[in-house]
Amino acid sequence: MSDAKELTAVQRADLRTVAAMIVPESAEYKVPGADDPAVQADMLATLGRDTVLVAQALDHLAQLAGKPLAELDEVRRDAVAQEFRNDGGAAAATLVRVVLQCYYRDDRVLRSLGLEQRAPFPKGHVLPDGDWSLLDPVKARGGTLRRAT
Amino acid sequence: MKNDPVDVLIIGAGASGAAVAWSLADTKMHILCLDQGGWMNPAEYPSTGRDWEAKFFGEWSSSPNIRRRPEDYPINDDNSPIKVVNFNAVGGSTVMYTAHWPRLHPSDFKVKTLDGVADDWPIDYDALTPFFEENDRMMGTSGLSGDPLSPLSHPPMPQQPLGLSGPLIGKAMNKLGWHWWPSDTTVATMDYEGRARCINLGHCTPACAQGAKASTDITYWPHAVRAGVELKTHCRVREILTNEHGMASGVVYYDKDGVEQFQPAEVVIIACNGVGTPRLLLNSVSGKFPNGLANSSGLVGKNLMFHPYAQIYGYVAEPTDSNRAPPTCLWSKEWYDTDLSRGFVRGYGVQFVRGAGPVFEAVVSEQKGILPWGKDHHRVFRKLNGHRIGFSAICEDLPEEHNRVTLDPVLKDGHGIPAPRIDYTISENSRKMMDHALARGREFLEAAGATDLCVNSPIPWGGWHLLGTARMGTDPARSVVNEWGRSHDVKNLFIVDGSIFVTSGGVNPTSTIQALALYIADQMKQRLANLFD
Repeated sequence: MSDAKELTAVQRADLRTVAAMIVPESAEYKVPGADDPAVQADMLATLGRDTVLVAQALDHLAQLAGKPLAELDEVRRDAVAQEFRNDGGAAAATLVRVVLQCYYRDDRVLRSLGLEQRAPFPKGHVLPDGDWSLLDPVKARGGTLRRAT
Repeated sequence: MKNDPVDVLIIGAGASGAAVAWSLADTKMHILCLDQGGWMNPAEYPSTGRDWEAKFFGEWSSSPNIRRRPEDYPINDDNSPIKVVNFNAVGGSTVMYTAHWPRLHPSDFKVKTLDGVADDWPIDYDALTPFFEENDRMMGTSGLSGDPLSPLSHPPMPQQPLGLSGPLIGKAMNKLGWHWWPSDTTVATMDYEGRARCINLGHCTPACAQGAKASTDITYWPHAVRAGVELKTHCRVREILTNEHGMASGVVYYDKDGVEQFQPAEVVIIACNGVGTPRLLLNSVSGKFPNGLANSSGLVGKNLMFHPYAQIYGYVAEPTDSNRAPPTCLWSKEWYDTDLSRGFVRGYGVQFVRGAGPVFEAVVSEQKGILPWGKDHHRVFRKLNGHRIGFSAICEDLPEEHNRVTLDPVLKDGHGIPAPRIDYTISENSRKMMDHALARGREFLEAAGATDLCVNSPIPWGGWHLLGTARMGTDPARSVVNEWGRSHDVKNLFIVDGSIFVTSGGVNPTSTIQALALYIADQMKQRLANLFD
């Protein structure tokens, strides 16, 4: 079982491959895949406390694949991925979460989703006040609190 | 090392510790509060950074077991389907909460009388009314007075906007003829007492960088400190000591440098929540109190109540507020009171879900199996992201002695103090209530046109409300503290947090916890001449 503080070259290669399997590049939506170098660099730079579990997940994946993931044909790779996700437990969930949390803060991805590329603070957001006449039926219906005695 | 004695020592600077400190400050007694955490720096809160969502899965997790800050203590909750969540700092879990602000109902104090289950409280709602009002002013609440199915409140600020999600929720509830109402919250909707108004950072639960969400580090504590209360941070109390008269003599704690200290005190007040308080009492063993302090009833740690959350959510075609609004803005009390035709006793409140941010949506939807890997990922994500609404039922958990906090025989915190262990099961009554709530939630979502429905029942990391483990009552054999918060066994020991709840109601409890703390402080002030009689 891996207890590494950083990923090996083989693990990094498999991380790229599995990241692209989770979120592939899309010309239709004009977004990179999660194997994009910038997204990958973000993952590696911010792995931190997740490193051990992600390394364990990648070791598990390598064990299932028997060789670098990228060398498997598509059918076999999908089967391995499915088995990995079904049986991989907390380590697999952590790996997927790391991929998604870095992917969905990438500027290009946020732009494609129509989201602003910034932290929430200090600008915040503006909410419409909404139509409070929707509450009229509730007011009209009324009601009483249950008595305590 | 021994310190100079103080008149009042408060353990814990969270919701209740802050309220009781502020209230007692006008006695001009020497009041000291010790907290295991420190002052938080809003400039470092998650919403100030681009990685704001990722932090919720790590150092800003609501679970101390995941978060693992030095200020946290571990909790063995393996034997519970609901995991404990909390926050340890000045402000306590008010730093990290949804700011939803209902009160217990008058009927919640008379459960035995009305429904023949559990026990009545030794006080009633009316005893707390002035303290609810005072607390709402101090915390700064927003809302709309006049909800026909909730106790009357007078929030000093107007309710939050409906936003995009509110009308969808309101229309669906109207279609079904069900009650809904804008929630009272502690989110400032206008500038209030030095706090800036809400600007919809959206990621409110793990702390508000704007300071619009009330937490006691920015509400009660500045007032209490100005009034002379002393607050020492990064001081973790190990045990309460007693003297030959069976009175509390002070506490042993570890200071910020890890040095063991003794702090003598005339009065000790515990404000450590429904897990921390029994842990401290059970760790305070002596020859006179071999089963833990204040535990002659054997009830310290027992009757733990969590509020199992039954949550169902789905996705509508219309855009929702996503992460661009506080998470809660509306509640329903449609199923709050007992109706035995439903197959269970008591009931639940509902808080509606406005939406989720993109990372949270992606991670959770992938785990739920509705967001695929591969080429269809992008299409499906765009259908889900920014389209979520939900229905979360806060189910009243009745007290059961087998649901309990004990000391773990192995697990210890960073100072070597035994950690709490949780043993908890969801009762049959609660299960039926949760199933009922999910069925109503499904009807609500269908009325809203939602698809891809998902269920969390219970919400696993939903143990926000830690109640009942040092219950109040008039009978020393059946309760830990009396009707004004004083230990039956130790006449200068008080408890003011959620552990003294007799029953849990079906709402978020922090408003009631703080009203109780203010009520107990008021009782103490009225009895200062004969406090220990």
